[in-house]
Amino acid sequence: MANKEQLRKQREQMIEEQGVIYLDNVRKVYSTGSPALNGITLGIGRGEFVFIVGDSGSGKSTLIKLLLRELTATSGSVYVMGHDLARLKHRQVPRFRRNIGVVFQDFRLLNDRNVYENVAFAQRIVETPPAEIRRNVPEILATVGLAGKYKAKTKQLSGGEQQRVALARALINSPAILLADEPTGNLDPKNSWEIMRLLEEINESGTTVVVVTHNKDIVNSMHKRVVTMKKGVIVSDKEGGEYIDED
Amino acid sequence: MKISTLLYTVKQGFSNIFRNKWYSLASIATISACLFLFGVFYAIVSNFQNIVMRVEEGVSLTVFFHHEEGPLGDRCESHTPDQLPSDARLEEIGQMIARRPEVSKIRFVSDDQAWKEFATNSYGEEYAEAFPENPLAGEDNYEVYLSDVSMQSALVTWLQSIPEVRKVRYSEVTADTLSGANLLIAYVSLGIIAILLAVSIFLISNTVAIGISVRSEEINIMKYIGATDFFVRAPFVLEGMLIGLIGAVIPLWLIYSIYNYALTYIVERFAVLSGFLHFLSVEEIFHTLTPVSLLVGIGIGFFGSVTTVRKHLRV
Repeated sequence: MANKEQLRKQREQMIEEQGVIYLDNVRKVYSTGSPALNGITLGIGRGEFVFIVGDSGSGKSTLIKLLLRELTATSGSVYVMGHDLARLKHRQVPRFRRNIGVVFQDFRLLNDRNVYENVAFAQRIVETPPAEIRRNVPEILATVGLAGKYKAKTKQLSGGEQQRVALARALINSPAILLADEPTGNLDPKNSWEIMRLLEEINESGTTVVVVTHNKDIVNSMHKRVVTMKKGVIVSDKEGGEYIDED
Repeated sequence: MKISTLLYTVKQGFSNIFRNKWYSLASIATISACLFLFGVFYAIVSNFQNIVMRVEEGVSLTVFFHHEEGPLGDRCESHTPDQLPSDARLEEIGQMIARRPEVSKIRFVSDDQAWKEFATNSYGEEYAEAFPENPLAGEDNYEVYLSDVSMQSALVTWLQSIPEVRKVRYSEVTADTLSGANLLIAYVSLGIIAILLAVSIFLISNTVAIGISVRSEEINIMKYIGATDFFVRAPFVLEGMLIGLIGAVIPLWLIYSIYNYALTYIVERFAVLSGFLHFLSVEEIFHTLTPVSLLVGIGIGFFGSVTTVRKHLRV
């Protein structure tokens, strides 16, 4: 018990010093040969809102996969919420992932279940009591503007609505970090802005938000920290930066 | 694990069958078809073996003993006085034979009984009574029935080593043919059952694997959200086992109905045939077929889903 408490304190200290996300000289080389990430060092503090931008093949997706511990780094260290991901055992990964909410471009909803079931599923995984689930799900659905659609099948929803369901599912367990991989990639400008507005609100409530995107208008309008990647390295990292189109 | 989580997992296992009804139907159909073929073949082979076994049970050998010269004067070859068995010794030899493991049944036939049976069977009762003396006097014998005809020659050798035994009458050809046939049936049926089972396992586990692979995206989503391997796997495994159970029950029910009908039909329409061919009852067939089919169905559903889901859990 004392050991666990000690570990928790160590992690808290690490988060204070290095941030909720910290990558130290990380390289990732796939079996095909060329490195997807080539010596990345990046720290993201608690409560930050960060855009990660870059062309296809710049290493953004690999970075997200490393943060989710879907992949492990070839060399260097990845720390998320004070966890050294290289040391995390397979059976510890699910518990670790509960610290992170994740939203994808293609929504990744369970299409054979309705809106309520998709969101409730995230709570069932963490063994939330059924009575609490019944209370929490309508609340979060109201937050993302889907209060009246909890019975709808996900395929009956528009792209924007599906992304809101994904957002509700990512947020219902109050994660410390929200990773959004091209969250507006499949949406029209109106829906894209609504999703970004929601992400900003979430960030204002204290959640660290990391958004990987190609959407220049959004990045340039929101004046947040922008990390630009190219060919596996960070070429710029600016607060209130802009998406510089290399082409 | 909380009870609510366990209940949720069980509920998901049942719901998955209906959610993926085409995959479920395809899997159930594959399992049913394989186990139906297996069941039909098992029923045929079991009956065939039973018929051969019944024939084997009818195979007997006859043990004759030394005795004083009979009325025809030429029945007993030379023997020493101590080779003539007393009644007590005859009984003792009978008990020794009955204790042999390859012997299923033994029957003592006195010389009078032997003559009466022979004459009655061959010429009728009046003919037997016309003889003033029993032509088979001294021909007391034991009819020995075998439980395993392949052991006949070993038994004959042993019987011939008893000093009081004069002659053992037996048919080597019948025993060899029957034990050969028995062995052939055993090998062929074992081979075919093994092939059928292997094909069934291959087909069923492939169907289960395809069904789960189609849903690999669903497994990925669950893993990204933070579901444990158990939480992801349990509904799939339960679903696999339920599909296996349904897939086993359908052919069992079909075979039960068909077999019952066929048995009644044969007994009613071919009474002569059923007089000498002994078919196994439906209960005797299902005594083995039911547990084997259920085990294969549920077992393959279980292992098929466990191994396939495992491949997709490395996310």
